[in-house]
Amino acid sequence: MKFKFRIERTPSPLWMIALLPVFAVVITFIISMLILQIAKANPFEAFYYILISPLSSRTSALEVLVKATPLILTSSAVTLAFASGYWNIGAEGQFFAGAITAAFLGTQVGGLPSYLAIPTMFVGAFIAGMIWAFIPAWLKVKMNVDEVVTTLLMNYVILFFLSFLLNGPWRDPVSGWPQSPTIADSAVLPKLLERSRLHLGFIVAILAIIFVWFILSRTSLGLRMRAVGRGKDAARFMGVNIGQTLFLTALISGGIAGLAGVTEVAGIHFHITDAISDGFGYTGIIGATLGNLNPFGAGLAAIFLGLIATGAQSVSRSMNLPVYLGNVVQALLLLVTLSIILMRNYSIKRVT
Amino acid sequence: MNLESFILGVIASSLRVATPLIYGTLGELFCERAGVLNLGIEGTMFMGAFSGFAIAYFTGSAELGILGALLIGALSGLLMGFFSVKLGVNQHVSGLGITLLLTGLSLFLSRVVFPEFRVLPSIENIPPWNPFGKLPWLGQIFQQYWLTYLLILILPFVWLLLFRTNFGLNIRAVGENPEAADGAGVNVYQTRYFALAIGGSLMAVGGAFLSVAQLGAFSPGIIAGRGWVCIALIIFANWRPLGVLWGGLLFGGVFALELRLQTIGLKLPYETFLALPYIVTIIALAFAGRRVTGPAAVLKPYKRE
Repeated sequence: MKFKFRIERTPSPLWMIALLPVFAVVITFIISMLILQIAKANPFEAFYYILISPLSSRTSALEVLVKATPLILTSSAVTLAFASGYWNIGAEGQFFAGAITAAFLGTQVGGLPSYLAIPTMFVGAFIAGMIWAFIPAWLKVKMNVDEVVTTLLMNYVILFFLSFLLNGPWRDPVSGWPQSPTIADSAVLPKLLERSRLHLGFIVAILAIIFVWFILSRTSLGLRMRAVGRGKDAARFMGVNIGQTLFLTALISGGIAGLAGVTEVAGIHFHITDAISDGFGYTGIIGATLGNLNPFGAGLAAIFLGLIATGAQSVSRSMNLPVYLGNVVQALLLLVTLSIILMRNYSIKRVT
Repeated sequence: MNLESFILGVIASSLRVATPLIYGTLGELFCERAGVLNLGIEGTMFMGAFSGFAIAYFTGSAELGILGALLIGALSGLLMGFFSVKLGVNQHVSGLGITLLLTGLSLFLSRVVFPEFRVLPSIENIPPWNPFGKLPWLGQIFQQYWLTYLLILILPFVWLLLFRTNFGLNIRAVGENPEAADGAGVNVYQTRYFALAIGGSLMAVGGAFLSVAQLGAFSPGIIAGRGWVCIALIIFANWRPLGVLWGGLLFGGVFALELRLQTIGLKLPYETFLALPYIVTIIALAFAGRRVTGPAAVLKPYKRE
């Protein structure tokens, strides 16, 4: 008896679609094996430290959520932008705008109680992220300048601005370290649980997911945004003001990315250095894509990326492998998912 | 310091700084002329800088380092081709994915290959070549690396290839109207793959120039957004090889002036000068943005019916 199969261009059955993320992870790790071969490391041991070991204790499992907090925010920010047809690659710079603002406001709000100090920082960082997103958005809408390049370049400009602050006005007068003064106690984000670094920022990140979902699917602005995201010509025909919609998209996306700066400055480090971001803005693009531009999907993807980031640290400690393994695995996962997502449109049929 | 030697110094370092930008932008030119926006450029230049350096370190030959980077760059271009040509997925996201992958991979491998160094080692870089000896002016300007002089040949060659050969016509055709090109018997997929491989190798050579020729060292900040500057430059150059030359020299001049002004000691924070090239790029785009349009099929995957 002979079985013959052929691949048809019809949507896959639902169980196949549900299995696609699993396929993506498996293929990513098969490719990672080749890279681990170069480092002469046992791939199964490395996979254990990346995927399993962080979840094996309460402390490290909560640490995954700590690592995921800024990624959830940047992933939501990028999701909103990409779903609306605005290619905001500047979440990294908008993150820094928020972080610089939080580091500044955090030292100024010492006289205020926490319930005023903390909202002040979040509002300030949101506005700072919007301001940093404003220039590329304005150039896009008014001067027809491609936002991809300008948002990318703005990421570098703010790094130099931070470097100026750290080497000039904020340099520690005693130690000479390029790090900003420690923020006031009332500005520190409260811990959510005992014996863990998980802080209020995680709740803010969850709220940001809901906020993005609400805007995109429950408001008329969101309807216009998604129309622009599907196709600018059709949206224009429907009478949508493309420029205004893109502009608002850019500003809201920038503001949300700015919030991630607060969670890192006021939740984890309590000051800012130029090494505060592990490419959070760029990882946000991975999160948004893995989440298929759905805010809840992006949130889950960000937590998974947080797991890989935590796992990369544990693999680096335990097996003495470079911590950059995490960045490699995250990028591979993005590329594999991009390819495998196409399989949604195909199904395997038995020929009889 | 007198004005004459200041100006000559700026011109000489402009040529040096412009070299990796011109290689990178010519690489992007091939990709975009064939209808693919390759945001993998930053990672490809980074990988070129790392692999060129590592190969030169272990073989003791800078030329082999450049050659190795060239081949790895071609592979990176083919990888971009797999996503944009074969699969036809979103070019923004796949290009950024390639940049993230190659950046992470270079950093990972640099720690694996040089584990015993806390600071990466340096190599004997390619010495500059001075064909004019002690001649005034020319002798002071032309103390460049051979990769810079090679551009004198590469630029006309790229122009001839793109605008005076069938292969170049095919590249431009698949970048403007792949359906019509296909109808005329051009193999759209193959042409795009070729263009991306050529583009990737030029980008990687630009990166390797920095590590192997200019600095003789590799560091995580070696490319620092030069790939994105190239993406801007190509708009500025209106997708033409000669424009790439002028744009590259102009931007090289801004970078070089920034370095020189620092050494004079103007009373501004030095970060202002470091940020200047990026700000100038954004302003230049604002002026160029309105009047230019790129190849029509960029960002549009082609599916043969």
